[in-house]
Amino acid sequence: MSKRHLDFDAVVAGAGPAGIVSACIAAEQGRRTALLDMFPSIGGQIWHGSDEMPATAQARRWLKRLYAAGVQVFRGMTAIGAPSPHMLFAESPEGAVEIAWQKFIIATGARELFLPFPGWTLPNVIGAGGLQDMVKSGWPVAGKRVVIAGTGPLLFPVGANLREAGAEVVLMAEQTDWGKLIGFGMKLPVMAPSKLLQAMGFQMKLLGVPYRPGCWPVSAQGKDRVESVTLTNGSKTWTEPCDYLACGFGLVSNLELPNLVGCRVENGKVWVNPSQETSVPDVYCAGEPTGVGGIDRAIVEGKIAGYAVAGQTGQVERMFPARQHAQRFTEAMDSAFAIRRELKQLSSPDTIVCRCEDVTYGQLRNYSSWLEAKLHTRCGMGPCQGRICGCATRALFGWQPESVRPPVFPTSVGVLAEMGDGKKN
Amino acid sequence: MAEEITLKVDGQPVKVPAGTVVAVAVAKAGKTSFRHSVTGQPRAPLCGMGICFECRVTINGQPHCRSCNTVCEEGMEVLTDE
Repeated sequence: MSKRHLDFDAVVAGAGPAGIVSACIAAEQGRRTALLDMFPSIGGQIWHGSDEMPATAQARRWLKRLYAAGVQVFRGMTAIGAPSPHMLFAESPEGAVEIAWQKFIIATGARELFLPFPGWTLPNVIGAGGLQDMVKSGWPVAGKRVVIAGTGPLLFPVGANLREAGAEVVLMAEQTDWGKLIGFGMKLPVMAPSKLLQAMGFQMKLLGVPYRPGCWPVSAQGKDRVESVTLTNGSKTWTEPCDYLACGFGLVSNLELPNLVGCRVENGKVWVNPSQETSVPDVYCAGEPTGVGGIDRAIVEGKIAGYAVAGQTGQVERMFPARQHAQRFTEAMDSAFAIRRELKQLSSPDTIVCRCEDVTYGQLRNYSSWLEAKLHTRCGMGPCQGRICGCATRALFGWQPESVRPPVFPTSVGVLAEMGDGKKN
Repeated sequence: MAEEITLKVDGQPVKVPAGTVVAVAVAKAGKTSFRHSVTGQPRAPLCGMGICFECRVTINGQPHCRSCNTVCEEGMEVLTDE
């Protein structure tokens, strides 16, 4: 395996909206810019599948600008280490790559939060966003009964897309109660009228689908796959037969790369200054890692980071009001769709929390910290490296997963050997 | 529009449009379980975005490949239940 060496003014990790926008701006301002994404296609979770068929007109516009600006796009490339300042180590289908950078922008997005409950490990209990993506890619759901459970506006596009693909959406269970929903809805016409229209559009596509606020899943049942889900509204409990249970309890920031580079993280968010620069000089962060806030916030932060790495302070400052507006919307969302206490108390002693190592809730509750649990039970030591159970145990026990070590993603011994070589030089 | 490619999932031929990820081909082959966990439970994709590793399969002899972020190729041999 031969190691390639690349050199750029700006390197952007993560090709979702924040990454695409920041790479685009940096390149338009004359910076030699690289954009990497671990997926074979760019767009991230929201503009997914954008390469041949952009998801939205907005995605189409930005992708056109991205290519026109001459950004070098590396698909299927995963950043796995940062051996020294201004250096990134990545793995690609062609092998190991060492990338030198002047400015680095982290735009690694967010992932779904998964909360353990009895039966959540059964096949066909699946992330709502993940199922939506795979259905777009052709995952067969026609004629299948799907229960969607979780929280937040994401449930609507998921339901609409599944229905378009021929699934029978039996129920949409929103854990937030009516009171909070109405409070949030009242803010929309002023705060984000376009979002209100979007939501109404999804409602049209979901006519006839029961939407129940104040209700959440307590367990899933089935032999080799999910066959039914038991739900409650706090007073009444009932069981719905289904072929899929799509769960979407909101998003959590992907912090592995910022942690690896040494960026300061506070309350699960990367700390940034007004120019989106992190506590590590020349390392910037935009979009969901600085706090889950959706696409509008990601785009404005991407613009700021792009102008900032190009030294355009005037342009950076012009973006502040737009970011503040997006931030206010984020805060309203956070309070409206906060996860209710009951959802954090669904596990029974034999409920698996760490799916890689099959560690149960009963085993974990004997320990007082993530590190202690990890050392005694192997919780978080499987292939996902605590990406799923780390967030789950933060919700269940309030544990804080400790800092990450390279490689950020499991890789081959060959690539690790190349990485070792890089350190010596 | 997209050309069709054929790959094998546990020896069974599956046709998918070019650009499809392996996880979708496995589902189209009618598999509900992608692998078994360390205690023998059946598992299938959870996150669909390359993070949970529940969708891992063996591709062309290479074990532990995430099927949700690997694109199908003509003649690919996919084995579930590593």
